[in-house]
Amino acid sequence: MSFNLKLAGAVAGVAILVSSVAAQAEVLFWSTQAKPVEEAQAMREQVLAGAGDVDYQPNDGGPWLTRLNAELQAGSGAIGVLGALHGDFSAMNPDDLVDLEGMMSGSDTFNSLAKLGTDNMQYVPWMQASYIMAANKEALQYLPDGADIDALTYDQLIEWAGNVMEATGEAKFGFPAGPKGLKHRFFQGYLYPSYTDGVVRTFASDDAVVAWEKMRELWAVTNPASTNFSFLQEQLLSGDAWIVFDHTSRVAQAFNERPDDFVAFPAPAGPKGRGFMPVLAGVAIPRTAPDMDAAKALVAHMLKPETQIATLRATNFFPVVDVDLPGDLPPAVQAAGDAVAKMSGAADANPGLLPAGLGDKGGEFSQLYTETFERIVLAGQDIRTVLDDHKPRLQAIMDASGAPCWAPDAASDGPCPVE
Amino acid sequence: METRYLPYILILPVTLFLCLFFLYPFVLVAQQAFWTDSGWSMQNFRDVTGHWKFPISLKNTLYLAAIVVPVQLVLALLMATMVRNMKKGRDLVLYVWTIPLGISDLAAGIIWLAIFEQSGFLNSMLSGLGVVDKPINLLTYQNPGIVFIAIALAEIWRATAIMLVILVAGIGLIPKEYYEAAEVFGASPWKRFTRITLPLLRPSLSTALVIRVILAFEVFAVVQAIGGTLFPVLMSETFNYQFELLNSGAAAAVALIILAISIAFTVLILRLLRVPKGATI
Amino acid sequence: MTTVATDTPMTDPRKAGRYVYAAGVFLLCAWVIVPLYFLLINTLSSPEAVNAFPKSFVPEFDLGSLTFFAGFAGMLTALKNSILVAVLTMILSIAVGAPAGYALSRFDFRGKEVFRMLILLTRAFPLPLLALPLAVMFIRTGLDDTIFGLALVHTTLAMPFAVLITFSLFSGIPLELEEAAWTLGCTRLTAFTKVVLPLILPGITASAIFAFVISWNEVFAAAVLTIENRTLTAFLLTNLDTSPLHLKFAGGFILVVPALIFIFAVRKYLFAMWGIANR
Repeated sequence: MSFNLKLAGAVAGVAILVSSVAAQAEVLFWSTQAKPVEEAQAMREQVLAGAGDVDYQPNDGGPWLTRLNAELQAGSGAIGVLGALHGDFSAMNPDDLVDLEGMMSGSDTFNSLAKLGTDNMQYVPWMQASYIMAANKEALQYLPDGADIDALTYDQLIEWAGNVMEATGEAKFGFPAGPKGLKHRFFQGYLYPSYTDGVVRTFASDDAVVAWEKMRELWAVTNPASTNFSFLQEQLLSGDAWIVFDHTSRVAQAFNERPDDFVAFPAPAGPKGRGFMPVLAGVAIPRTAPDMDAAKALVAHMLKPETQIATLRATNFFPVVDVDLPGDLPPAVQAAGDAVAKMSGAADANPGLLPAGLGDKGGEFSQLYTETFERIVLAGQDIRTVLDDHKPRLQAIMDASGAPCWAPDAASDGPCPVE
Repeated sequence: METRYLPYILILPVTLFLCLFFLYPFVLVAQQAFWTDSGWSMQNFRDVTGHWKFPISLKNTLYLAAIVVPVQLVLALLMATMVRNMKKGRDLVLYVWTIPLGISDLAAGIIWLAIFEQSGFLNSMLSGLGVVDKPINLLTYQNPGIVFIAIALAEIWRATAIMLVILVAGIGLIPKEYYEAAEVFGASPWKRFTRITLPLLRPSLSTALVIRVILAFEVFAVVQAIGGTLFPVLMSETFNYQFELLNSGAAAAVALIILAISIAFTVLILRLLRVPKGATI
Repeated sequence: MTTVATDTPMTDPRKAGRYVYAAGVFLLCAWVIVPLYFLLINTLSSPEAVNAFPKSFVPEFDLGSLTFFAGFAGMLTALKNSILVAVLTMILSIAVGAPAGYALSRFDFRGKEVFRMLILLTRAFPLPLLALPLAVMFIRTGLDDTIFGLALVHTTLAMPFAVLITFSLFSGIPLELEEAAWTLGCTRLTAFTKVVLPLILPGITASAIFAFVISWNEVFAAAVLTIENRTLTAFLLTNLDTSPLHLKFAGGFILVVPALIFIFAVRKYLFAMWGIANR
């Protein structure tokens, strides 16, 4: 009997709950970036404080995409503004994003990337970052003779990590090979350009064989638990790794917590130069945004110079518009900024671009490089066999997406050929 | 007349509920597995099973279930009989043993990684006791055995309580007189366990086993936290297809394979532990 | 009733057995508690201590990580939402599931096996794949971003537990008991409410616990289906894995505590069934 009563109470309660939801005037900022709780909090309190009523909700890629697709399929939704990486947007159907004409960043390269092969601004560049090296100062004493930390080569890096291993008895190079680690970007933007001066065309070249041999040598002096590492700041702080490669915002916490213990420096160089690659995040508006004007106002707000600086403080992502950086930036920003500047200013710099035109094949493209790594380095399979095995798969991805080559690969007519 | 329709009336709410919130979305998702650009086909299944990682993931998932579930069954039975015979403090002990129930798999993964990582609690303990002079790296690709053990331990820790609660609820229903009578006839505790507890517990046993086995095939968060990329399981492949490769057809295909394995094992367990009609005690 | 019988014979080998038994209970308790204690240490430690090696085995009672979350906007609302969803899930899953559990245990009907399989299948298919069509359906029907809508999804997850646990409990109650009540003039309904229900009520606690913790710990659907009405789990857990180590632990700890309080509050019902069956 009391059970029925409870049930009746529950139903009544539900009716109240359902009716209390209706009113909402906020803009929902649905983002895959600035996810760590501290960054999310800083986004809400500092970056978006002056932007009116904004509900900033960062999410994992899974829920982010599921919710977005559901709203697009249903034809109506709550999301006002999307925040995500270049690759996330390029996987979307161009019709699902509103044309953001008239809003753009200070970089023509970024602006043309943001068109995603259409004539419209599909998203607006929001913030940028890159990948750098960082080291515990304890490791500096083991630098090979004559090596300049700001102009390392891959051979010197391997030797250095080898020295550390010999001295401490532990492999202390840290590499983001964990489930959420960004290892594929290392292969696409650093290893391949440095050794082959390409990414797609040279995928199975003889130079690529050399590159993977070096990768094996590097792995031999890498902390073998790296397959669990996704945010190298953790291992820098715990001392499990002394020399690491990772995204600038994924080593930031180490510099902010113990600025005197770590140094940041450029990625190493190979025979074909010092390959490196940017990270580009953007903001966009889905066609289902409930309040288009408010959403556009929020996008415009994100591009204001003062917002860009606040974003830099909150997320360690750098501005994409021209701003004068203040002097009192957090240690992580200063360290990363210096390292990136040295990297791009180096005489042997070999900058790469973000993959463009891959559409929804972007995930498969990255997966292929990760699998190549897993088979060659982790499983110890023959390099030539694996590369030849993966070559037709890469070509199929390029053909299916029709993506032309991007730097440092030489330009192509039509889909980028794998040579 | 009433009795003939009664069972159907009783199961009607569940059926309607599940049709709406499970079957309907399920059919929509499942048909994607049989759909490719060129029409209906089994291509998605050929693609996912043809991938070199598939046999590894399948093997990992099955091995893990084969180790974890029996250990949990034994542990849960042991714990349940232990609390049954307890005079004092059984309230507290049972509470302690059910605590992991309240811990999500993500949180459990975080906790157990903190134990096993290089500068984690296990190494701190070992070096504090002087067993090792510097922390040893446990979770690496050279030690697949340790990685497996760490994952299995975490799973056993996290999910034994699920079985325990079901079994405790079932054991509570076994009349005490049976045990008293058995004792009068001089039956040993082991005999009492095998002759009274086990047979009378069959309904709860099959429930606990089926639920646990199905959940074991969907293991994911704990494995990812501890095993990193070293220990792919079927569920991680599903997520990878769905959210990284944006290939919902392939994701649905892997999910259907998980479903098929679950069905096979469920049928097997239900056959082995068939509950006699009316459950005569 | 007569527990004396088990107590009297206390010879020496039995005493040794009792020590083994006590040690076993103690070890199993330690097995559960020690990892949780590690979580507590890390929650109550400063970021430096969390990253230090060797780790301290005594917490230093640094409340920095916890205060960070205390300052988080919306924590209380999220907590309230989580509790509401979990309680609704509990009520719904038992109200809808228990009758089916009774039907499965007492009747032979056509389609029984199919029905049982269907119930189990709900747990054998990953929810994150189902979330997309569910979200589309919810947005179209206005259930989106409501506590009730999320509770419906969580009830689907808890349903197999509710049906199968009640089924195994009903199966454990002799049919003769009910039949005896019928011969004494009870109808099917009154026999159920007067005889079976009191016996089964404590056992239902078990499925209530499951419903509660399943809903409490579910992240994916909560993250997709709630926006304004975020649950605590969706609020905290989706972003924990990318957060700094000390906040990871503190966040995990905050999530664990309410679930533990709930289990503590209902534990005595789980136990009330002891000795009932022989009355």
